Order: sequence, then C-alpha cells, then structure tokens
Amino acid sequence: MTSAVAGELSAELRGFREVQTLAYECAEAVAAQLKPGVTEREAARMQREWLRERGVRDWFHLPFAWFGDRTAFANFRIPLQFFPTNRRLEPGMPFILDMAPVYKGYTADIGYSGCLGLNPLHDKLLSDLEAHRELLLREVRERRTLREIYEDVDRLMVRQGYANRHRAYPFGVIAHKIDRVKERRRSPHVFGFGTQSLKGLASDAIHGHRDGWSPLWSPYKFSDHPPQPGLWAVEPHLGFRGTGAKFEEILVVTDSKDPEQSAFWLDDDLPHVRRWAEERAAA
Amino acid sequence: MSTEGITKGIEGARERWVRTGGVELCVAELGDPTQPTVLLVHGYPDSKEVWSQVAERLADRFHVVLYDVRGHGRSTAPQPLRGGFTLEKLTDDFVAVADAVSPDKPVHLVGHDWGSVQAWEFVTVKRTEGRIASFTSMSGPSLDHFGHWIKKRMTRPTPRKVGQLLGQGAKSWYVYMLHTPVLPELAWRGPLGKQWPKILQRMEKVPAGDYPTSSLPSDAAHGAWLYRDNVRARMRRPRTDAYAHAPVQLITPSGDIFLSERLYDELELWAPELVRRSIPAKHWVPRTRPDQLAAWITDFVTSNEDGVPTNDSVATGKHADRFGGQLVLITGAGSGIGRATAFAFAEAGARVVAVDRDAESAARTAEMSRLVGAPEAWGETVDVSDEQAMEKLAEKVAREYGIVDVLVNNAGIGLSGSFLDTTSEDWKKVLDVNLWGVIHGCRLFGKQMAERGQGGHIVNTASAAAYQPSKALPAYSTSKAAVLMLSECLRAELAGQGIGVSAICPGLVNTNITATSHFAGVDAEEEKRRQKKASRLYGLRNYPPEKVADAILRAVVKNQAVVPVTPEARGAHLMSRFTPKALRAIARLEPPL
Repeated sequence: MTSAVAGELSAELRGFREVQTLAYECAEAVAAQLKPGVTEREAARMQREWLRERGVRDWFHLPFAWFGDRTAFANFRIPLQFFPTNRRLEPGMPFILDMAPVYKGYTADIGYSGCLGLNPLHDKLLSDLEAHRELLLREVRERRTLREIYEDVDRLMVRQGYANRHRAYPFGVIAHKIDRVKERRRSPHVFGFGTQSLKGLASDAIHGHRDGWSPLWSPYKFSDHPPQPGLWAVEPHLGFRGTGAKFEEILVVTDSKDPEQSAFWLDDDLPHVRRWAEERAAA
Repeated sequence: MSTEGITKGIEGARERWVRTGGVELCVAELGDPTQPTVLLVHGYPDSKEVWSQVAERLADRFHVVLYDVRGHGRSTAPQPLRGGFTLEKLTDDFVAVADAVSPDKPVHLVGHDWGSVQAWEFVTVKRTEGRIASFTSMSGPSLDHFGHWIKKRMTRPTPRKVGQLLGQGAKSWYVYMLHTPVLPELAWRGPLGKQWPKILQRMEKVPAGDYPTSSLPSDAAHGAWLYRDNVRARMRRPRTDAYAHAPVQLITPSGDIFLSERLYDELELWAPELVRRSIPAKHWVPRTRPDQLAAWITDFVTSNEDGVPTNDSVATGKHADRFGGQLVLITGAGSGIGRATAFAFAEAGARVVAVDRDAESAARTAEMSRLVGAPEAWGETVDVSDEQAMEKLAEKVAREYGIVDVLVNNAGIGLSGSFLDTTSEDWKKVLDVNLWGVIHGCRLFGKQMAERGQGGHIVNTASAAAYQPSKALPAYSTSKAAVLMLSECLRAELAGQGIGVSAICPGLVNTNITATSHFAGVDAEEEKRRQKKASRLYGLRNYPPEKVADAILRAVVKNQAVVPVTPEARGAHLMSRFTPKALRAIARLEPPL
C-alpha cells in the first residue's frame, strides 16, 4: 500500500472494506437482537456465531461486549476486565460491541456503540464523536506526529467535558496498525487475540523499532513520529461518568503528496457516519 | 381552649368549621380550590399556624388546607379528654375534613411531628384507601412501625441494636414525662408555656413571627392526651398491617433532637413507593426551612398528580436525598474541578448555575449537567475578579433562579515562579482571581443566604499549597492560604445562622490549571515548556477531578471545615500540624520543572 489509485480502490483495499462492512453488519444484526436480560457473554457469543456462519475463521481479537458503566471502562485496571462478563442489559443501558474478524486474509477491527431504548446522554456522546473523526483525519493529513494528534484528541475530549477512555486500553492506544493475515488451517488464539495477527503486529513493532516508528498509536514517546503509511484501526473512546461511547474503523494512510489521497477513511458508509448525516438533515 | 380573636390566623385564609364526633374543627383554606388539595397537619405542641409560611408558598400552585387538630388552636376539645385523642378518632377528623374540602378527589397529605404520626395512621388504614394521593412525612414516625422497630431490636439485641435503642430511648425523654398525670398540664399552663417561645428561639433558631400562638398553653395541655391515649397501646401491640397505600416522601432533619435517623431504616418494607430527603436542620423545619419544604412538597405532589412514577423523577446519584432540587452555584465550572463538581451536583438532582469566564465552556457544563440529572442548569459568563460583574450576577441569580443553597467558590488561576521574579502585576492578578473572587462570592451570595435565614453552605476551593510553603509558588500559596483563613473565619461567623463553610484543599489533581498557569520570570517559550512539563507531571499523577467533586459533596453533607483530598494533601496537612519544620525543609527543594 504505497500509493492510492485516485478515485478507485485497489483490490486490496476492497478486501479490507468488505470485511469491515461485514463486521458492521454483524454489529447491527446483533444490536437489533439485544433485549433486557442478555448478558455480555451472550452478546459476544452472538457476534462470534454470526461471523462464523459467514465464513470467518480467524480473529485479530475475539468479539467483546460491554454493557452499562463498563462502556466507560469504569475502574478497569487489568486487561482481563475487558473480557465479557455476566452483566445483564437493562432498558436505557448503553452498550459497545467490538470485534476484529479476519476474512479471506483481510482484517477489520470495529467498534459499535448503541443503547437499549432512549438515553439522551448517550446520544450526546455519540454525536460529539463526529468532531473527533474530523480532527483525526485533518491532522493526519497535516502529517502531525501521532503523539501530537493524540494530545489534540485528548484536549478536545477535555473541552467537551469527557474523560479519555482509550487510556485504559493496553499502552493507552487510540489506534493500532492492521494488516493482511495469512490464512492457516488452524487459527489458535491467546487471551482473545489471534496468534497470526499478533505475529503481524509483533513483526511491525520490530521493523518499526528499527526505523523509528511504532504500530501502536499512543501518548508515549514511541509515537512521536508522523503517521506511517498503512491501515490504522482508530478508536477514540469517550467516557462520561457511567456512560461510554466510541467508534472504531480503518483509516488509510498513504505516502501520496496529494493531501486528499494521503489519508482517508476506508469507508464512509458506516452506521455512525450515517447517523451524523441524518442528524444534520433533521436539524 | 381558645376563642375567636386570640389567634391571628393565617393571612388570606378562608376559614370554616367542620363538625365531627362531638368536636368542631377549625379549617383554613388558601389558593384555588380547583387545584390539587394539599392538606397540612400540625404537630405537638403546635397549632395550624406552624405551617403558615409553607402554606403561603404552596398557595399559588395548590388548594392548601390546614386544620387545628381537636383540642388545639381554635378547634374544640373532646369531653372528656381521656380517650378523646385516639388515632381512630383523629382518623375520623381527617376523613371529615377531607370530605368537606375535597369531596371527590384524593388529597395530598403533609404531616409534621404528631401530624405526621397521625397521618401515618391515615395512610395505612383500610378505610382511607383512595382518599390519599400522596403523603409527605417529617419528624413523625408511625407508632406501629416504631413498635416493630423496638421489638426487632429487643428480640435480637446486638451491641449496635442496643445502642440504637438506648439512643432513641434517651431522645424520647419527653414521652415519659408526658405520661405523668397533671404535672405536664401545670407546667404548660404555667412557666413552661411562658418560656416556650424563647426556648424555641434559642434551641431551634425558630424566627419570631405569628408562631407560637397564644393558645399554646392549652394546646400543649390537651395534646398531652395524644401521647397518653396512643403510645403505650401501640408500642405494646403494633399493627402488623400498617402498609402505606399511597406514595410516601420522607423528610428527615439531620439535627432533630427528638428522633434519630435510624428510626427509618427498612421503611421501604412498609412504604414501597418511598422517596427519601434529608435536610440539615433541627426539629421545627416548617418554621426554619419553609422554602425547601415547599419545593419538595411541590415536586412530590406534582409528580404524583401527573401520574409519572416518582422514582423516575428523583435523581439517583450520591446524596440525591440531600441535594435534590437545591440551587447550587459553582464558579470556574467550565473545566476541571468546577466542572466535575457541577456534574456531581447534577447527578444528585440539584439545579446548577455554572459560572465561568469562558462562555462556551460554561454553557457546555450546563448542557451536560442537564443530561446527567439536573432538573435545570444555566451557564453564566463572569470573571470572578470583576466586582461589578459579580454583583450583577448575584442580582440576576436571586431574581431569576432563586437564593443559592450551596455556593462553590472554585475559580482560580495558577502562578509559579520565585518571589523576586513575581511582579506586582502578577501578584495583583493572582490575588484578584484567587482571593477577591472568593471574597466577592462569599460577600454577595453569602449575604443573600444569611438574609433568607434558611441555612445553606459555602465551599471555597483552597489548595494544599495553603499550608505547604514552597519556593516555587509564593503568590499562589499566599492567595490560597488567605482563602483557607477566610473560610475558617466565615465558618465561625455563619455557624449561628445554619450556614456551613468548608475549605477544600485538593492537592495535585489532573486539570488544566497547569496548562494555563503563568510562570513568572521566564520567557514565553520557557513558560510553554514548563506548562507542558507540569501538565505531564500532573497527568502522570492522574488524580481525577471527579474524586475532588465527591469530596466537596461529602464536605457539604457532613459540614466539614477543612478537607485535604489527595493522599499527598492529607500528608502535608498532617505534617503542617505535627512536623512543620520538615515541611519547611521540603519548601526549599527545587521543584522538578
């Protein structure tokens, strides 16, 4: 992925887009089936089964589901707390579905925020995420360092009155690189992460370390470099008291000189983007 | 027994007499009779005039009805007195009054002291089912619930339960006194009756006015039979079916010298639709806190009239029983600790005025406050160091939103740099905001609070720097030390008026104060570098402002004087008291900037 073909997506990008679309379809299908009393584990299993039925055999990471105040990662200290629990969904509760399937050798990593019934606060968080999507793209195109962009996202969240919850992610990442994954007959996973994908990430980390960049987009010194060409799964995550919301989708970064082509979101036809468009139309 | 002309009555009230069971009850009505009826029942040794201020405040929204309980005020007493005050007969009276004033719609009951004790009977007996739409109880438990409460603690006495029993037993001393024959009557008709108004003023801070009325000695003498006719019987054999058939709002004054808050443990079992409220006041809340009572009664009555389940309309955050519906003003509410505090109060159901010099962030705080539970919230743009602007704000708030119940003077700016580098301009700026801002806030809003005379609370955000000397923050520390001392002096001054003052000393908290601090004696670039470094340090410490907000709410509830928040702030506070020399040695160290 060293250059983007103007106007037309390369075959490779189409592959990534296909799996991202599939993942979002899964999220919407599962979200539509959620009702009071469903547990996080059941929701995670529903995602897994839905994708298995459609040919997914390997994972970057297994599907997650967070309900209620777990969407804001309240009191998350150790990574085990990311795994789905027996927390039951109640009316008005926000939820987040997060999955990263591998399909035909392509990976996606998506996050879907929803709510069971009405919750004006959750609506507010979701619509405030739009500014982050715009800010991320703009500053990546300006080729600011990843750390600077991270700090700007952080500042915007503080201004909006929110807490930055991706800080609770491993290494506090807001994004990580994703790549193609070799298809193997067996696809074992450790701690919820597919071994093939982890291998890819690890080799990126080794190469990057030599060249001075990192496949993890964090607030730390190792992210003090301009965006590296490739595919980044970006996941800004807002937390506000007991409510959290995020989106996660793929940002394509290229080495093109044309700012428009140097970075773009892989797909603009996603649930959260459609939602913002509808809000604007209604306003 | 009083006759017409002795008591003044309630201004603007229409009076009538209701005849029932051999007595004539004096009933007063205010407000529009087509509106929902709120029936106020007075306690011992009062007459309906105890409610006059609350009634006035309710009259523009509701049809307010008050009556003198038999043997009190201008109602006649039963003959003979013995056996004439049983709860059954009092229930007859209530039904007669309710039938007279609101024949085809259930009434909203409000009871204080013995009025509440009676009303518990009304709301738990079968024959009044459908006649009562809601019940607000203050300072008067159901005798049946009380009986069960005692039995439960007697049958399984653990040290804690015995403690609770003895505690309430000691508070109930007057109940035993009233069981002695003749003596109480003599006392009330003699010296006690004369002294009572003074006693009330001294002990309870009840303001002088149309209460107590001149019928007090005979009211108190007759009312002794309330105790004699009911207490022993109900304590021995409490009813087992005393379940409330209407929603109940329980208002507990935390400083009530007659009733412990423990009495209402497990009240949910008897009253399934229960809303709890607590108020920092003594026993006679209808006289000392009419605004707050009127607001809570209005809320409760309205929500039960609209058919909205009350539990939904009551905020669920921490301390919601205490702050629900109160007006809270916070300066510096556009970010950091101020903003987190606004949200915490909003979650507790308070109405929030978010003040900041940045209009956009003040408005944002107000908007988010509404989303997390504030029934109303407003953003106001003011620079706290601007005296005239603050005066205008105080006027506007009093006119449009009401008198502030809780004031949080939080706005502050940072200034770092050695004393010799700090210019007089720098000094002026930091003192203007950090000290004068607090002075203006306390002066203007504190005065309004004191004038209203219904209590309140002021919180000033000082800093751990107030007692921890440092060569890096001479001006900032000085301004904060002044705020701390100001708070303690003010606390002493306002204690007599039921207004608490707390100074909060947060310590290192992750807010943007570091990013906006001025560093004296360095150029712009170096200043920026230091701001960044300080922010990073504070970020690494990562103590969230939400925890400071929690400490602020707790300080108000418990009326704490000085509250160091982070562990390092608490440590420094201890050191400043026990090892000040060590603290002075630390002050000489070069800070890592």
